[in-house]
Amino acid sequence: MKKFALLLTVVLTLSLALTACGPKATEAPVIETAAPVVTEAPAAEPFRVAVVMPSAINDLAFSQSMYDALLRIQEEMGGPDNFEIVYSENMFVVDDAAAAIRDYASQGFNLVIAHGSQYGSSLQEIAPDFPETSFAWGTTVDTFGQPNIFAYEAASQEGGYVNGVLAATLSQTGTIGVVGPIETGDAKLYVDGFMAGVAATNPSITVNVNYIGSFSDVALASEAASTHLSAGADVLTGTAQMVVGAIGKAEEAGALWFGTQSNQSSLAPSIVVASQVYHWEVALREMIALIKAGTLGGQSFVANLENGGEVIEFNPDYAISDEAKALAESTIKGIVDGTITITLP
Amino acid sequence: MISELFTTTVLIGILASGIRLATPYLYAAIGEAFGQKSGVLNLGVEGQMLLGCFAAFYVALTTGNLWLGLLAAMIVGALMGLAMAFVTVNLHAQQGISGIGFYLFGLGMSDLLFQKLLGTVETVKGFPKIYFPGLSDIPGIGEIFFSQNILVYGAYLLVPLAWFVLNKTTLGLKIRAVGENPDAADSLGVSVARVRYFTIVLGGTLSGIAGASLSIALLNVFQQNMTSGLGFIAVALVYFGAWKPVGVLAGALLFSMVNSLQLWIQVLGIPVPSDIAVMMPYILTILVLVATVSRVRAPSALTKPFERED
Repeated sequence: MKKFALLLTVVLTLSLALTACGPKATEAPVIETAAPVVTEAPAAEPFRVAVVMPSAINDLAFSQSMYDALLRIQEEMGGPDNFEIVYSENMFVVDDAAAAIRDYASQGFNLVIAHGSQYGSSLQEIAPDFPETSFAWGTTVDTFGQPNIFAYEAASQEGGYVNGVLAATLSQTGTIGVVGPIETGDAKLYVDGFMAGVAATNPSITVNVNYIGSFSDVALASEAASTHLSAGADVLTGTAQMVVGAIGKAEEAGALWFGTQSNQSSLAPSIVVASQVYHWEVALREMIALIKAGTLGGQSFVANLENGGEVIEFNPDYAISDEAKALAESTIKGIVDGTITITLP
Repeated sequence: MISELFTTTVLIGILASGIRLATPYLYAAIGEAFGQKSGVLNLGVEGQMLLGCFAAFYVALTTGNLWLGLLAAMIVGALMGLAMAFVTVNLHAQQGISGIGFYLFGLGMSDLLFQKLLGTVETVKGFPKIYFPGLSDIPGIGEIFFSQNILVYGAYLLVPLAWFVLNKTTLGLKIRAVGENPDAADSLGVSVARVRYFTIVLGGTLSGIAGASLSIALLNVFQQNMTSGLGFIAVALVYFGAWKPVGVLAGALLFSMVNSLQLWIQVLGIPVPSDIAVMMPYILTILVLVATVSRVRAPSALTKPFERED
């Protein structure tokens, strides 16, 4: 009886939990397009993409940026009949992600995207077993020298720089706070770019940076924001999905917020000034074209302000002054034409 | 730069933020302490909290009533506790494994409900800070003690209340007896099953409130896995606090204050790598555990299912 009860509990709860958060293959909703722009005759076989992501497709941050980009590509290619999207979200356990990547590859997807730098070493092992399948992973530039791996990354320091310039212009107190997750990769690039932007605009401004050591600890992100506010900050920014906690604190105190990865205006319409948004479709389009032409990997792509892979989206509900907006636009132009160079530490 | 740590702004900041951060730990750990005192280890606290977080947030968002949200979190937590009690008390399941099962259930279920019912991260207007005329305006003290929301005060009121119930009432005596020597308690006519049901359901209810304190009082958002290990720290805090409410309070405050201290260390630009800074509260907790744990004794019947010998 005892053993049976134990088994029953474990099996029941595990099965329930796994159906909810395990590697589920979810069909993306159909996007209806009024007039699909199809430049080529619809292929008999749809182009099939599978993506594995560390957080949820609606995290208003990293994972959502990829999912939204895939939906836009689907729209461009004429809907789900021509472009099929399947995803596994919340794959924060790398082993589960690796299993999902392998599953998708064996199901014959044209492109399997491992959206998270933590999946790299798994991908390096899996890719050689499926020479007919194309893989992509990011954010990185490393294709491991394998012919069927694409790499993609975002020049997050560019949008970070623009946000930094604006933040320096809008700060009254001369103190700005940054809430970061773990001091690495994309997050570090953004934060370093942001600091460079502030320093270039007004070197007397203090930028306090707080890495909280987690991508998910909303409570600690919120206290990190409180700490910045107590230290006198009136403008905050932050990166990764746990910043939703920080945005709430900024709103309470009436401090301004700059977002990154996805457009965060909806969380606090009164205080979000602008967000750097990733448009991965610039990299995806090239990958898809290459795959159709028979090249399955070996190249890396960078999303930046110049190629439209990064876009600074202003919050329409925040009344930004014309001068500030003009300054942002001239900064973007300067980065694109090379007159502004961003020096990272 | 170290001296900058001792300015009043920083000290007030650390204390105020430590008091807030400790709130969810207090609810969850005191609930857990009741369960463990009666001999049941519940590792499902994190799952109960997550479902509590979601229930409170969803009900508060849809009805606009924060108290209904809090009630929903309590009911959901109590139901989770009821299920845990059935599995461990009636079915005699191994407590640790069942708890992990309930954690995974809570994690998955809260995620599923979030996807189906909300779909995106939203915000809600949570319990406001309470303003005490006069007191809230005292410099420093006012910010630390008299500008928190009602669930923060509730957590601190719970500490003496839990102490009183455990040590000064017949119910507390029964709980302790069941946790130390269930056979003796049983022979004296105390229903071991009933006492354990009570403590586990109470623990679930308090875990639900712990979740609500995050989603509708302190953070006012819901995101998947937003408790991020907090429930497991709460279980550790019960050991840390030697199964005493006051000990739990000391542990929760210490952990939270060190956490807010490390945030300030980074903000002030004191040259400690961020990876080391974020480890500080955990290292300190382990050190204190090592130093104290040999001197305290866990309830004798902890993790042991009770079966009547007849």
